[in-house]
Amino acid sequence: MRSPLRTLTRRGLLTGTVGSAALLATAGTLAGCGTKGAQQTEAGCKSEDLSATEKKVAFSNWPQYMDTDEKDESKRPTLDAFVAASGIQVTYSEDVNDNNEFFGKVRNQLAGCQSTGRDIMVLTDWMAARVIRLGWVQKLDKSKMPNVEANLLQSLRGRSFDAETQLAVPWQSGLAGLAYNAKVTKEIRTVDELLTRPDLKGKVTVLSEMRDTIGLLLQSLGHDPAKFTSAQFDDALNKLKKAVDSKQIRRFTGNDYAPDLAKGDIAACIGWSGDVVQLGFDDEKIKFVVPESGVMLWSDNMLVPNKATHKANAEALMNHYYDPAVAAKLAAYVNYICPVQGAQAEMEKIDPDLATNPLIFPDDAMLSKAKVFMALDEAQEKEYETKFQQVIGA
Amino acid sequence: MSALAHVPTSAGKPAPPPVRRGRNRLLPYLLLLPGAAWLLVFFALPLVQLASASLYDPAGSLSTGYAMTWAFSNYPDALQAYWPQFSRSFLYSAIALVLALLMGYPLAYAIAQKAGRWKNLLLVAVVAPMFTSFLVRTLAWKTILSDNGALVGLLRDVHLLGPDGRLLATPIAVVLGLTYNFLPFLVLPLYASLERLDPRLLEAASDLYASPLRAFAKVTLPLSMPGLIAGTLLFFIPATGDYINAELLGTPNEYMIGNVIDSAFLVRLDYPQGAALSFLLMAAILAIVFVYLRRAGTEEVL
Repeated sequence: MRSPLRTLTRRGLLTGTVGSAALLATAGTLAGCGTKGAQQTEAGCKSEDLSATEKKVAFSNWPQYMDTDEKDESKRPTLDAFVAASGIQVTYSEDVNDNNEFFGKVRNQLAGCQSTGRDIMVLTDWMAARVIRLGWVQKLDKSKMPNVEANLLQSLRGRSFDAETQLAVPWQSGLAGLAYNAKVTKEIRTVDELLTRPDLKGKVTVLSEMRDTIGLLLQSLGHDPAKFTSAQFDDALNKLKKAVDSKQIRRFTGNDYAPDLAKGDIAACIGWSGDVVQLGFDDEKIKFVVPESGVMLWSDNMLVPNKATHKANAEALMNHYYDPAVAAKLAAYVNYICPVQGAQAEMEKIDPDLATNPLIFPDDAMLSKAKVFMALDEAQEKEYETKFQQVIGA
Repeated sequence: MSALAHVPTSAGKPAPPPVRRGRNRLLPYLLLLPGAAWLLVFFALPLVQLASASLYDPAGSLSTGYAMTWAFSNYPDALQAYWPQFSRSFLYSAIALVLALLMGYPLAYAIAQKAGRWKNLLLVAVVAPMFTSFLVRTLAWKTILSDNGALVGLLRDVHLLGPDGRLLATPIAVVLGLTYNFLPFLVLPLYASLERLDPRLLEAASDLYASPLRAFAKVTLPLSMPGLIAGTLLFFIPATGDYINAELLGTPNEYMIGNVIDSAFLVRLDYPQGAALSFLLMAAILAIVFVYLRRAGTEEVL
């Protein structure tokens, strides 16, 4: 039996495989010449709406961004109320963990005008701006969302990436500022303290979202994050680089700074208001600070991607969450800034303490310190992101 | 084979019929077909695509697309920008490999030769952590190494760490994480080799007045070489490309090449650079493996 097999030796097989792979590679590179642009247009990528016949909607959101029942974690009261009232079945997935990661997940489909299987995706301002710029989302019908028309906070209308307020509906908003654990450190008040105070060395984390971190640094240097020059950006980046080089900054984080801050492994950080408010319920020593120099305001937005087939259902769901009573219930659970007017009055009935919490219903004084990061074009985005990534080590 | 046996042959001739020879010659290739098709679709084609992406015009962008300009300069440019992370990857995984060998070899030997009826239980103990996700295991290390955890507390008490010293977010944590996460890949092939080791050979060695150390060097080690080589490769290759350990247990100062590639593809959207870095990593690993195998001179693995 061995003799016929002897024609195929390991070595021969390997040589053959490597050889043909090399051949294929050459042929492939010759044939595959570049990629097409990912830009889509409304006319070029039409989506069908099957809402009338299919009573369902697929909703992709961030983890811990939806109220759950106190007794049964699998129940989501405000969402269940929507299902009961409208008869629309909601497939709710917590599969947005990071804007960039999620973008990587849906990039190929949306660039090729294919369905992602999602009807609503929730993305942060700058990522929403990018997918809007690429023409990857559907225009919403305002007449189907009277609550949004009536109740969306004034400061969130006509944002630079969605001038007509017809592409992105804020889910929750929030602030990026400073946070510290009073068990392990004394109070911090400014960005400079965070980046230079010797007792914090190696116990500081900073957000890996460039806009939040650089935005705060720009403000600490007296620049305006809503309108800055390339030189001012470099200024802020240098300040960050100094803190990295001096090993003041322990690491760059997404949401994952929260457990470290609670444990005291990190003493202070740049963090998001909602996380810190939630940590504060369990441990009042964990505090959020709005630095004198200013704070960053951002929103996570509901968007309907191209080829999503249940747009009208999605609009009904958005409309539901802009009912002040529903918004108040949600805000009482997630503790981010509520983008719905009238929810503060509803909150009085649920929890008067929360109704007066400026991190959920900010007053004018705080809003005046809050800035939204400048909308970047593609070239700027690449330049700034590359420079920033170089400083954060990747 | 029974079907082949009934192939009509002209009676009385001793030579095997040509039909049968042809079938047999084809058989190994037929058996290879599913695997080869799998490799072609999920390995070779993506590799070709990645190769061409690494030569795209670096000035391209997502919205306009990338033109194929044979930009070989992507390679030196990427290396220039990220050589520290590159060399760090090899340094960390080499240190982790040495640590893993120091722990893994005695462990594999003990399981294979000395464990007796506990052998299966011990093997399960080596493999069991693999039942949970890689991510979860690494996150568990965050708790173990935590600044306020028992381990750091103990090390501070015995003054191995300063009062403000920490393990988390240091190179030590990253190397420990790599060592732990890839240890089973080293232990299992080693175990397979050592299990086949005939104890009578060791007896013979000692009958011939070899000291235990000499018997190890002259008998055990050479006989375990195939497992050792397979194990070190299975350990070293994924450890070098790993980015989870550096991300979760390290700081920007510990980032490895995997972190850079991750950010090139997902954050900076610099696809040509990400592809070029991936190929550089692959080439570097291939070169190391090639030299290593030449040196170790084994036909058992390749």
